[in-house]
Amino acid sequence: MKKIKELLIEKLILICGLASIFFVLLIFLFLLKEGLAVFKTVSSFNFLFGKSWYPISEPPALGILPLIMGSLLVTLGAAIISIPIGVGCAIYIAEIAPLKIKEILKAGIELLAAIPSVVLGFIGMVTLVPLVKTVFHLPTGLTALSGAIMLAFMAMPTIVSIAEDALYSVPKTYKEGALALGATHWQAIWRVMLPAASSGIVAAVMLGIGRVIGETMAVMMITGNAAVMPNSILVPVRTLTATIAAEMGEAVVGAEHYFALFAVGIVLFVISFAINVTADLFLHKRQ
Amino acid sequence: MVNSVRNVKFEIIGLNVWFGPVHALKQISIGIQANEILTAIGPSNSGKTTFLRMLNRLNDLNQDFKMAGVVKLEQEDVKNIDTESLRKRVGMVFALPLPLPLSIFDNVAYGVRMHGEKNEKILSELVEVSLKEAYLWKEVKDRLNESAFKLSGGQQQRLCIARTLAVEPEVILFDEPCSGLDPISTAKVEDAMVKLKQKYTIVLVTNNVKQAARVGDMTAFFLNGELIELDRTDKIFNAPADKRTDGYVRGEFG
Amino acid sequence: MKNTYRTQKIAFSLLFLATLLIVIPVGLIVVIIIQKGLPAINWQFLSDIPRQGMRAGGIFPAIVGTIYLVTGAIIFALPIGLLAAIYLSEYSKDNLLTRLIKLAIVNLAGVPSVVYGLFGLAIFVVFFKFGASILSGSLTLGIMILPVIITTSREALESVPYSFREVSLSLGASKWQTIRHIVLPNAVPGILTGTILGLGRAAGETAPILFTVAAFYLPRLPGSIFDQAMALPYHLYVISTQVPNVDEKIRYGTAFVLLSLVLFMNLVAIIIRYQFRKKKKW
Repeated sequence: MKKIKELLIEKLILICGLASIFFVLLIFLFLLKEGLAVFKTVSSFNFLFGKSWYPISEPPALGILPLIMGSLLVTLGAAIISIPIGVGCAIYIAEIAPLKIKEILKAGIELLAAIPSVVLGFIGMVTLVPLVKTVFHLPTGLTALSGAIMLAFMAMPTIVSIAEDALYSVPKTYKEGALALGATHWQAIWRVMLPAASSGIVAAVMLGIGRVIGETMAVMMITGNAAVMPNSILVPVRTLTATIAAEMGEAVVGAEHYFALFAVGIVLFVISFAINVTADLFLHKRQ
Repeated sequence: MVNSVRNVKFEIIGLNVWFGPVHALKQISIGIQANEILTAIGPSNSGKTTFLRMLNRLNDLNQDFKMAGVVKLEQEDVKNIDTESLRKRVGMVFALPLPLPLSIFDNVAYGVRMHGEKNEKILSELVEVSLKEAYLWKEVKDRLNESAFKLSGGQQQRLCIARTLAVEPEVILFDEPCSGLDPISTAKVEDAMVKLKQKYTIVLVTNNVKQAARVGDMTAFFLNGELIELDRTDKIFNAPADKRTDGYVRGEFG
Repeated sequence: MKNTYRTQKIAFSLLFLATLLIVIPVGLIVVIIIQKGLPAINWQFLSDIPRQGMRAGGIFPAIVGTIYLVTGAIIFALPIGLLAAIYLSEYSKDNLLTRLIKLAIVNLAGVPSVVYGLFGLAIFVVFFKFGASILSGSLTLGIMILPVIITTSREALESVPYSFREVSLSLGASKWQTIRHIVLPNAVPGILTGTILGLGRAAGETAPILFTVAAFYLPRLPGSIFDQAMALPYHLYVISTQVPNVDEKIRYGTAFVLLSLVLFMNLVAIIIRYQFRKKKKW
């Protein structure tokens, strides 16, 4: 009796152990099921590289290049801002900050990670957007730049905590060796610590960028949502994520538009999958 | 009377053990008599602890573990005994005092409860008897519900002995049980062991050669995974057959 | 020599500046929301339904909706997540399958939240015909927080010393008994921490509930798990972008309530973790 009960429990544990694989497959499967239908009317080339996105005109134009460019522009901007600041902050926390300040800073970063994206979007709307508008004398502050700044901010917790981990796990002897040879603390960091932690830092940056590409609410609230090819960072753009969030509510289940939004979902899923697998490889390389 | 009947408790024949590429035990054959203390001595990494953990199949937990040969408990191959019944019959006391994060009472009652005993009256009798057998009862009888971590190291180790006794095993394996203890606690644990052999068969692994000389009936000397010599303890210490045994017991290497 | 020290000084100042660039805005955000949101909070705001097209009244249905959603998510995700964590920490061997499971968890954590929304729409709303409902939303959020719960629970289980398991097994306890009586009880604080963090995450997410449950304006409480519901994060999104001329006070007030809820959960998690570390006996 006891044996049978335990056998059943262990089977249940195994099944739940496999649940994550099951859910990843299930997500992909359902995205395909709903998304692939769009390629009956649009070729995959025209879908990915078509320059106009007018999903509700007759006939609909379903080219997501403007959305991809929107995501790319915002992500690139966010990366340029967040990588130096994030890695810099990680170095400061791991190497320079005194213990007490270190704890406070880490708590602050955790706090940032906990703030819901819609709250950050709201704050961005009422502070950052008017600021961008005045500084650059624009008709609207809802621009790719505002989105990039906000997203850079949202990528920080990921970048800082993983990069700090990477720096922390460099053996102490490396640094001590460099210091013993007469290097300054900064030289030890720059020449020894950073190279030793490089694959972890690369993973940190990648996961931060993954967070940026997938971010939805904040970006939808402050980038202006214009689905046109951007020609500058100071114009409104619309990202892949924001497109789904903004339009799915109006799309009719089973219509072209509905399928197209799922196809956008497939693109996002594949991007995030690629980023996470690569980042994971970098993280394991380190160990 | 008990000693006159030479009944074999454990019989180990041609035992080889590997952990991945490491050949940890090489062709070991030993008989262990009931109601005797067999001590296994040897430098660290000589294979004596691996040998001990073969007797209750604790090595099975290691992913890289592979074995050849036979370990028999009362003529039955231990591979054919399910691990729970085997470990109920063959108890173990570890090198460091390892109380479970429970109260003193619950530590002693743990094994029995896991074997299905729910009657609190039977449990509390058993706890008392076991603690008395391990010479701990007087010190803890008024604080049975306190955390076991509040006891001193020596008390914790005797608690671990009581916990093993409560399951009513036939054999008790001691894995360097005094390595973390001061001389007074060590003496108390040794005392307990010698008295326990009236009822139990004991296998003691120790780094302390003098301890082996004090308590062992038989002594086995291990070196690099091989059993170099097995004989009566006085023989091992006074007239060993092998030069390496002689060197080790006289402290020439360790 | 002097030069290298000047380089160091400049470098360290820049690193400090980078840190300030992150920490100061975080502080500002919290301060602004408290300063402007707190005055909006009164009993009526918390307990009344929204009125006049959300331009007046309170946010009670949104609070209730969020509580329902979060509860549903945890009912779904905790058992699965905990058992998955037990599998990884107690049963899995170092092989390809385990590697795949870990990779799947990493990916599950990395899937964009709006893609979870799509998935929830496709499977729960459309395929299983639950409609836009608390059930669909809870299940979607539940799958989304699964990686958080698995990862933190697994860490908690693995931090229970291996020797406890050996002792328990050596006394003849079975593997499951060892897990049930020794490993799990000592991992409870860590599991609780992970669960609360998961709750906080679920409470704050908007994108996954956009198409699976969220009601734009529903000035009553949901009656069953098959009803639509309002939710705090979606409500904040709606009143800040979709409805013109909403009093700033209501927006800040809603943001304040949402932020407080999420930060409160995180605080509880931190306190549990801290207390546990202090009390740890081994």
